[in-house]
Amino acid sequence: MINKFSAFFMRRKNWAIPYVVFLAIFVVMPLLLIVFYAFTDAEGTLTMANFRKFMLHPEAINTFVYSIGIAIITTLTCLVLGYPAAYILSHSHFNTSRTMVMLFILPMWVNILIRTLATVALFDFLNFPLGEGALIFGMVYNFLPFMIYPIYNTLQKMDPSLVEAAQDLGANPFQVFVKTIFPLSMPGVTSGIVMVFMPTVSTFAIAELLTMNNIKLFGTTVQENINNGMWNYGAALSLIMLILIGVTVLFSNESDGASNEGGVI
Amino acid sequence: MPLFREAYGLLFNLIVWGYIMQKSDCIISVEHVYKYYGEKAVLNDVNLFVRKGEFVTILGPSGCGKTTLLRLIAGFQTASEGEISIAGMEITQTPPHKRPVNTVFQKYALFPHLNVFNNIAFGLKLKKMPSATIEKKVKQALKMVGMTDYEDRDVDSLSGGQQQRVAIARAIVNEPEVLLLDEPLAALDLKMRKDMQMELKEMHKSLGITFVYVTHDQEEALTLSDTIVVMSEGKIQQIGTPMDIYNEPINSFVADFIGESNILNGVMIKDKRVSFAGHEFECVDEGFGENAPVDVVIRPEDIYIFEPSEAAMLTGTVTSSIFKGVHFEMMVQTPNGYEFMVQDYHCFEAGAEVGLLVKPFDIHVMKKERTCNTFDGKLVDSTHVEFLGCVFECKEVTGIEPETPVKVEIDFQDVILEDNEEDGKLTGAVKFILYKGNHYHLTVFTDWDEDIFVDTNDVWDDGDRVGITIAPENIRIVHS
Repeated sequence: MINKFSAFFMRRKNWAIPYVVFLAIFVVMPLLLIVFYAFTDAEGTLTMANFRKFMLHPEAINTFVYSIGIAIITTLTCLVLGYPAAYILSHSHFNTSRTMVMLFILPMWVNILIRTLATVALFDFLNFPLGEGALIFGMVYNFLPFMIYPIYNTLQKMDPSLVEAAQDLGANPFQVFVKTIFPLSMPGVTSGIVMVFMPTVSTFAIAELLTMNNIKLFGTTVQENINNGMWNYGAALSLIMLILIGVTVLFSNESDGASNEGGVI
Repeated sequence: MPLFREAYGLLFNLIVWGYIMQKSDCIISVEHVYKYYGEKAVLNDVNLFVRKGEFVTILGPSGCGKTTLLRLIAGFQTASEGEISIAGMEITQTPPHKRPVNTVFQKYALFPHLNVFNNIAFGLKLKKMPSATIEKKVKQALKMVGMTDYEDRDVDSLSGGQQQRVAIARAIVNEPEVLLLDEPLAALDLKMRKDMQMELKEMHKSLGITFVYVTHDQEEALTLSDTIVVMSEGKIQQIGTPMDIYNEPINSFVADFIGESNILNGVMIKDKRVSFAGHEFECVDEGFGENAPVDVVIRPEDIYIFEPSEAAMLTGTVTSSIFKGVHFEMMVQTPNGYEFMVQDYHCFEAGAEVGLLVKPFDIHVMKKERTCNTFDGKLVDSTHVEFLGCVFECKEVTGIEPETPVKVEIDFQDVILEDNEEDGKLTGAVKFILYKGNHYHLTVFTDWDEDIFVDTNDVWDDGDRVGITIAPENIRIVHS
């Protein structure tokens, strides 16, 4: 009996069982429920009414498009701000002890709600109006580290002799960047884009707090519907968002190719 | 008188001519170059002139500064002091992309995001050449390195040897004045390396450009080069043709580094007469003075080995005999305790009594760089002296005031090495080991950044940490 137990325990793949059980109950089941709710009405009969409602409802579509627009703006701003930061950090010249990296990455570990509430307080204190500008600021502020870190990671791992090879072949510093460093850091860039774009599409807490509930994002719409007991419609909206995120991931995986160097983990 | 003047004029012209010839002929000149990393000099007064079309190899053990020198020429690093010119242009501070050189990197450094064609075309595209020309040149370069039809391949799908060929093609396609190669074959296996060596030599011949090649492999250096530059500890030890370097090494470091050799302490009794291993020999060297201590180098293949007979200069017993493919390598111990390495086609088994003979011109005599350790020190009081950052007890000194700077001399055999670092007054690491036939001559790098030289019968390994002690009676103090 004990032998059997220890044999069971020794097999490494059995160690995954607790997580698999957790996954099944808290991830797979809810996903299946979302799909189930999305394709049924309140009585539980199969229907496409929820999706028809979304298609026919200009307000919902508008929010959807607006959310994607905000997400794209946030992602681009993060990229524009984050790339130079990552580039500077990756040069050991500026960053001898990795302390700077820690300072840049540290906000990632502070709870998003706390950071957002702090931003609200700061805007209040400075008498800045809350609204679209504040929303984008809050999003960029919250998600910037997720852009910096993957890019920093790829730049850090890049073989410095590649840069030297480009210089050697006659590339000036600008050409070295455009023709070597940037293309080689693409895995990090796509990884960063995915890591910023995905959560910004689905966020609602930041929008709620930083716009005093004046601007609705898609995440807010989902939340409102669920809160108001419209589970089926809310589930359909969630499903649409999930598909969008899934497409983004697929797209980024494809351009990533075989190299997964850009990952945060 | 007029005849004299004419002769002088002619001589003067010749000298000027020679100078101009040398200058115009010289494609790379490195003059008084120093490179410091913090306090440490990685390059120490390096002077090097490379002629156009030459195949120059910079040879030395790892950490000798050879790669740094190459990187200074390529422009990836800049010299702390001194001047570097290429093709008559002073380029000491010029960034790498403006230099007429191309580099083949040790780990290839091919661009992983580009295919073979685009890797090779990288430099040409930057020069904005028409695409038809680029295509023609890339095809030519690929043909040159024997990689025709590989244009569309991903560089990651190529083997090490193929990647190296692409790296070479990428460099030569730009038709540089000088091709720099940083240990390009180090990552390849032996057979592949031999093939590539031959191909590089062929390429050098057909391209006619100057090659500067860095390696730590002495055999590779001897095979490939027109000129070898031997480096050690940031300094150039010797520059010469492979034959010169092999046959006439300038010091014991070069002799030990290039090929196998027997290096012994000797005394030059007078011109053409040298004594070592307890015997006197006839040799061809002169000009060392009388009874001058020297290093004697004999290549193992230059020693004749045979059954004991009248002709033998030395006799001995074979202690080991190893088959090396073409020849046998035998260690022979003489009755008075000297050991010789001998290479011969005939095998004498271990235990056999043999006679040895060396011809006069096979005995290479070199001036000793030093005959004892010398340090700058300071007298603390009449029985204590400070040098190498420590205070040592010494024999009572009279006639020198305390606090005066003095020279301290210690014979090699009087420095005692201890296994335990704590047992020594000084600590350090064994850096260079030279077998001198009946003892080892070690260079120990102390933790106070100075070398101390030690003669010992004990076996130490490179990198061993040791404690160093010196008996008070062995410290000689000389007024400086």
